[in-house]
Amino acid sequence: MNAVADITQSRITRRFAKLKAEKRPGFVAFVTANDPNPETFREIFHGLPQAGADVIEVGMPFSDPMADGPSIQASSQRSLKFNTSLKDVLAAVRDFRKLDQDTPIVLMGYYNPIYVMGPAKFAEQAAAAGADGVIVVDLPPEEAEELDVHLRANRLHFIFLTAPTSSDERLPAIIARASGFLYYVAVAGITGTKSAEEFAVKDAVARLRRHTSLPIAVGFGIRTPDAARTIAHHCEAAVVGSAIVDVIAQGLNQEGQPAPGLSQKVLGFAKSLADAVHAAQH
Amino acid sequence: MSKVEPRNSFRQGVDENGHFGLFGGRYVAETLMPLILELDKAYEAAKADPKFQAELTDLHKHYAGRPSPLYFAARLTAHHGGAKIYLKREELNHTGSHKINNVLGQIMLALRMGKPRVIAETGAGQHGVATATACARFGLKCIVYMGAKDIERQKPNVFRMRLLGAEVRSVDKGTGTLKDAMNEAMRDWVANVDDTYYCIGTAAGPHPYPTMVRDFQKIIGEETRVQILEAEGRLPDTIVAAVGGGSNAIGIFHPFLDDASVKIYGVEAAGRGMNSTAHAASISGGSPGVLHGNRTYLLQDENGQITDAHSISAGLDYPGIGPEHAWLHQQGRVTYVPITDDEALASFHLCSKLEGILPALECAHALAYVDKIAPTLPKDHIIVLNLSGRGDKDVFTVAEAMGEKL
Repeated sequence: MNAVADITQSRITRRFAKLKAEKRPGFVAFVTANDPNPETFREIFHGLPQAGADVIEVGMPFSDPMADGPSIQASSQRSLKFNTSLKDVLAAVRDFRKLDQDTPIVLMGYYNPIYVMGPAKFAEQAAAAGADGVIVVDLPPEEAEELDVHLRANRLHFIFLTAPTSSDERLPAIIARASGFLYYVAVAGITGTKSAEEFAVKDAVARLRRHTSLPIAVGFGIRTPDAARTIAHHCEAAVVGSAIVDVIAQGLNQEGQPAPGLSQKVLGFAKSLADAVHAAQH
Repeated sequence: MSKVEPRNSFRQGVDENGHFGLFGGRYVAETLMPLILELDKAYEAAKADPKFQAELTDLHKHYAGRPSPLYFAARLTAHHGGAKIYLKREELNHTGSHKINNVLGQIMLALRMGKPRVIAETGAGQHGVATATACARFGLKCIVYMGAKDIERQKPNVFRMRLLGAEVRSVDKGTGTLKDAMNEAMRDWVANVDDTYYCIGTAAGPHPYPTMVRDFQKIIGEETRVQILEAEGRLPDTIVAAVGGGSNAIGIFHPFLDDASVKIYGVEAAGRGMNSTAHAASISGGSPGVLHGNRTYLLQDENGQITDAHSISAGLDYPGIGPEHAWLHQQGRVTYVPITDDEALASFHLCSKLEGILPALECAHALAYVDKIAPTLPKDHIIVLNLSGRGDKDVFTVAEAMGEKL
């Protein structure tokens, strides 16, 4: 079983093994491809490993991001001003891989652009570009097979979201398809709005551990270094998206042009998050 | 030679995950999946409960005013000199459109599920008004999401919703129309999963909505069948209805789908023309994709980004179509045809002057197709058109198109 052997040696698996050996949680940074423009995004993307990101989630922009709050909606809109396509996202990943062979990259988005490109073509090209995993927000396990078959064939991890509403009856169907790590959505809501509550996250992660031995990353509702440290204490990784994207939004002028030094500012904020997460010992 | 019958019925419904062939399904975030499964269960239980059905029938009769008449449009028929034109008068229902049929069913379901807060999206405002009405009637809190552009062009309906006690939330994201209102409603639902019922107004969205909305709307076709048999002693030759998301259309089509002699036409909004990009004809000018919880025909670019729809009719200004229509198109059972803004406006005026009925701009599209084909058909040909809403809400839009200010 070469495919299985390969995927257990993936960047994601190796990264979580390393974090475990170092007895510390990981920091997952989310940025939307080409936000706020291709040049600034490239600087941010390429600087994230140095800033302490253990995994990078790259948003594939969609015109109708139904599970996202205002921050990531605006981020997608900024990206789409440059007509960012899946091809462009994959080109950015390929470009990144020339510099960094170790940091796992997870592509996150909605199904329609993938469906229109073709699930087989998408999986082949994402793997060839050097992506490691895929999150498709609006593809529950019931609808996932038509993409999953191609992700498996290309040794890409299919990373699934679980939510506070996912019941014990429902979790096995999700986990049966999940690989790499399991993503726990800490709030019942859209990205970047409510705050993740520590006690609820602790209980939820404990419940997930009864179903899986996969690493668990927690996201949605983590906005500050303190919150990231608190949450990361209970799981293998903390994911921050909207708060990073907000720093980008705040650094744009009326015409949407980035202020000088914006990428450094974003990376500085990412570093403060990474440092806080890494301070949370396991 | 014997006629080739379809292997299965066109009314067979969906598979267990809500697929009409390639179309339909449940493409939603995990947070919503458990709710959608719960809704499916609750709906199946309600459907099988004679008490639920009896209460709904009672509301239809005494609150909404059903059955709606099937009216022979004698002057319109004479004007065209061809086929006999019947209008199914859904605009005479309480709140002025077919939307109340679905809303009464769903609000009773919300009550049954113990959800005190109801949210809805609306385009033309007809579904919003119907939802606000039913919520007032049953004492539920009601929040309606409506695109900023639609709020502007459907002012009377916005005020009606407020009078009925609903809160209308303006959505200025995207194009500020029905698609964006639906995104916002989904976001509200995902953030308020415990107490909220999402009352979708059209036969689209994740399963079970497309089938549930169709089930609540098929009373239109069931009544039509009885009424036309009474009036003419036979089934109609042609049925025509406007299609945005497609709830009024699937409502009148569904009971006739297995009657091969009945030709069925769904009329899409061609806006400024199919050669322009300013239209809302998902089947005539779109391709399959996934949006708002279902796979269906969508207006989109080559990268899978949803593109803007345009129609003079707010109710048709949507870049998708219900998945059952997508399937019926693919099966070749229903023919979908485009009608432009200008053609719809001309038919709006013709119907108003000849029949004394102001049709909603949505139905004016269906009327325009009938105005095209009726003169070419023999006098014993019977057309039934679903006049799904009244045009009072559209007087400002029509005035503007005429260059007048009210």
